[in-house]
Formats: sequence, C-alpha cells, structure tokens
Amino acid sequence: MELEELYKEIIIDHYNNPRNFGELPDANASAEGANPLCGDEIHLELLVKDGIVEDVKFHGAGCSISRASASMMTETIKGKKIEDVRKISEKFKEMLFEGKEDEELGELEAFKGVRVVPIRIKCAVLSWNVLEEALKKIDKGG
Amino acid sequence: MDPIKLREDFPILKIKVRGKRFVYLDSAATTQKPVQVIEAINNYYKNFNSNVHRGVYFISEEATRLYEEARMKVSRFINAESPRTIVFTRNATEAINLVAYSWGRKNIKEGDEIILTEMEHHSNLVPWQILAKEKNAKLKFIPVKEDGTLQLEKLQELFTPKSKILAITHVSNVLGTINPIKEIVEFTHKNGTLVLVDGAQSVPHIPVDVKDLGCDFLAFSGHKMLGPMGIGVLYGKEKILEEMEPFLGGGEMISQVWLERATWNEIPWKFEAGTPNVEGAIGLGSAIDYLKKIGMENIEKRERELTAYAMERLKEIDGIRIYGTKNPELKSGVISFNLENIHPHDVGTILDQEGIAVRVGSHCAQPLMAKFGVSSMVRASFYIYNIEEEIDIMISALKKVKEIFRGIRRAL
Repeated sequence: MELEELYKEIIIDHYNNPRNFGELPDANASAEGANPLCGDEIHLELLVKDGIVEDVKFHGAGCSISRASASMMTETIKGKKIEDVRKISEKFKEMLFEGKEDEELGELEAFKGVRVVPIRIKCAVLSWNVLEEALKKIDKGG
Repeated sequence: MDPIKLREDFPILKIKVRGKRFVYLDSAATTQKPVQVIEAINNYYKNFNSNVHRGVYFISEEATRLYEEARMKVSRFINAESPRTIVFTRNATEAINLVAYSWGRKNIKEGDEIILTEMEHHSNLVPWQILAKEKNAKLKFIPVKEDGTLQLEKLQELFTPKSKILAITHVSNVLGTINPIKEIVEFTHKNGTLVLVDGAQSVPHIPVDVKDLGCDFLAFSGHKMLGPMGIGVLYGKEKILEEMEPFLGGGEMISQVWLERATWNEIPWKFEAGTPNVEGAIGLGSAIDYLKKIGMENIEKRERELTAYAMERLKEIDGIRIYGTKNPELKSGVISFNLENIHPHDVGTILDQEGIAVRVGSHCAQPLMAKFGVSSMVRASFYIYNIEEEIDIMISALKKVKEIFRGIRRAL
C-alpha cells in the first residue's frame, strides 16, 4: 500500500476512532514508551488470564502513525494467546525493518507503506515495543 | 539578481526526489552548495593538499596562503578590525563553547549572572548551563512575547552588576525574529556586560557588521551560508581574545613547548589546536566570494520578497497557526507553523512524498516550543536559490495534507 493510501484508508480512521482507547482498571500488566522524534507517548494496559490477552487498552498522544498502529495492534491481539501475540509482534517488526511479508499479519500489512520513510518506522513499532515490555513483566510476575 | 539563472549554480536543485521535482525549503538547517564552492574544495585537494603552517615546500605554502586568505575574507565580510580576530572552529556551536569554556571559566565566578533569551538554540543554551552549574552562577532569561519578539522592557530589571555576559541570537532559527542587537549592545555595555551574538541565522541572510553592532563575540557556521560543513567562525574583540586562555591544547596553538610547560601562539592560532579544516576554510572563503558578488543587501531583499509571498499564500490554508510575527519586514526567511489537529511529522512526511524538504521537530529549541505550548512545528526556510514556484508547490502540498486529513477530529 502506498503511503498516501495508508494515510487515507487506515491511519485517519484509526486516528479519529482509536480502538480500545482509554484505561483498564483491572489490568494486570502495563508498560509505557515514548518516541522523542515525534513526541509520541503510549501507555498500554493488559488483562491477561490463562495466557490469553482478555482485554487491552491504550492511551497517550502523538503522531497519527503511532496512534493508528497502537489502535490496530490492540484489535489484533485481543483474545489471542501470548505466544501468538509475540509471534505477530516479531513478524510486524520484521516487515517494517526488513521488508518481509507474512500472510498472518493480515490488515497490519498496510503499515509496510511506512518503510518509504525510514525515520517514521519508529512511530509504527512504538506500541509493539511497549507491548513486549508489558509481556516481559507478566513473565517476571508469573 | 536573477534567481532562475542563479539556480544553475546549484546542481542538487535539479535532482528528482520520489519521482517528483525536488523542492528544498530547509536552508535554515543547512544551505545547498554552488559549484563554485565545490570546485574550490576540489581545487585544493587536486592541487594543494598539504598541511598548513608547517611545510617549507611549495604546495604547503600555497595551502597556508589559501587558508589565511579565507580568514581575511571572513574578516572583511563581517567588517572585523583584523583577521587576528577570526578563529576557525567546527561550527557556531563550537565557537560558543570556546567562549563558554575559555572566557567563561576565567571570568564567571560564583553568584555571577549569565543572561540569555528564551529563544536560544540549544547551542547557545546548553554550554552556558554547563558553565553555570560548574561555577554556581545564575542563568537569567529575556522573555519572548507572543509575537515572537523579545521583551526588551525587561532589560533594566534583569541586568545587575553581577551580569557578566549576555549570549543572544541575532535571528531566531524558529521564528525568524531579527533582534535589535545594536540597541541591546549599547544598553548592555553601559552595564559593563559583554555580548556574544549567535549569528548562525543572521550572517548568511543579512548584512552583519561587527563594528556597527558593537558585540564582543560573534559565532556562525559555514554550512548555513553556502559553505561546507565542519567549518565555523568565532569573531572576538582582539583585546578579549588576547586575555583568554586556550580552549584546546596541541600542535599549532603553542609557541614553545618544554616537557613540563608550554607558551601559547598568538591569536587567532592560539585557539586552533591541531590540523585545521583547510578544505572547509577555503570552501567558506569561496562561499563568501559568491555571497558578496550577489550582495548581502540584495539577499536580504530577495528573502523578504519570498517570505512576503509565502505569508500571503499561506493565508489560503485554513486552520494554520503561524508562530511569531507575520510581518516580513520584521523577520528573516523562516516560517514556522502547524496545521490544526495534524501532527507536524505527518505534515513533513506527506510533503516529503511530494518531493518537498521542510524541517519538522523541536528545531533544537525545546524551551521555545514549550513557550508556544507545542512539542514541534513545521518550518519552511528560504534562501537565494528559492523561487515563488516552489512556494506554490508547498501550498498545493499543504492543501493535499488537509485533503488527506479531511474529517480529522481533535486529537484525544
């Protein structure tokens, strides 16, 4: 997908209507991250039960790419097993950093368009890095 | 001056970016280089490459002559009293650091005051923060008003007998505000306070005469005035430079060296330790030749035309917020703005897709961003090679950004 279409078809939609935006009072894992380039900030909260992401919410401010990516990420991971979430995260980053494609990424593949502007890749992967941080805490906390 | 003809001297302006015509509107970050400058550097490496001030052989003497000739050109360009007052540095940042370390360490004592403004680039802020911390000195700031000018009414209450130096930018790299340096220097000197002027955004764009301004130090960078990167200038009044201790130690800056001690070379070489950037100095000399041929008055006038044109056309963009004054008579060719509810990096990315280079971010002036309540801005800046048609291209692209983001709602 060309960057312009990505903006028009996906980013603007998620920017205006971010999915799972807000706070999760009964969360049992959370993490936050920032991208100094655009001043992006993402706070992510997860409710994980029996190895499954039961619920997820995010909030924060920043550019449209970071917000749309976070929004779509929450849609993707909700209801999935942690091990599958990790795989998707890895594949998403491989797509952005190395240009690898994978059918499993589904709609997320749209973000491949960001590769034409390498400096903005950080915006797209920010929420996924925050997600990995949160998952690490679950590992530690058991 | 004929901008269309002049553009022929800048090969990079002919490239295509993302299949589109390249529109460079980021000259406040660095300017493009004319073939004359590129050729001068080429000529040095092809015919005279050798170390300076050392060789007894022909090409070294030639290299030394070219290097010192460049210093003479800089000296005349800013109307300095003598080339002895011109120290070559890496850039304006290093020139300011030189003063903060060398002059500052000797002259700033506990409780002394260093006066700055709220519109300083980090390069004229952080070196003073380091010095103030080390010496337990105090930093004080001349506030910036909403219209992007300095609150000069505050000078009287701000300055005290403990105010040792004022470090102030001549032209804001974000707002384009031209500060009335001459008047400020008159006031400051009456108080017995020295003045360092950050000329990084003024020397390339308007006539700068250090005798007329009366400042004690002036710092600027070669790469923002058609010259190469890695060469900058510190001008300092002769008497002050002579009383200053060296900045860096090494070869060139010494007179005699024993195992336990050394004596210093004369100014300006006292401040130029190690092999200098000969290519950079020669390139800067050539850039000055180029600028002088056009004439700094003409450059100022042309940039004002471009700024006025851009200001007029930017009125077509709904929801634009322009920071600082909108009056082209009061500013240099720098316009910073934001589009309502659209992140500046998104604006920058879409403009880039159209082949347009603008700067987005904090512009190395985070405190100024905070003052205007934003974390970043879009900045378009102009130079002698820009033409109205490029501003038209930017306006169309900004309209496209608006179109893409149509229906965007207020950020949550």
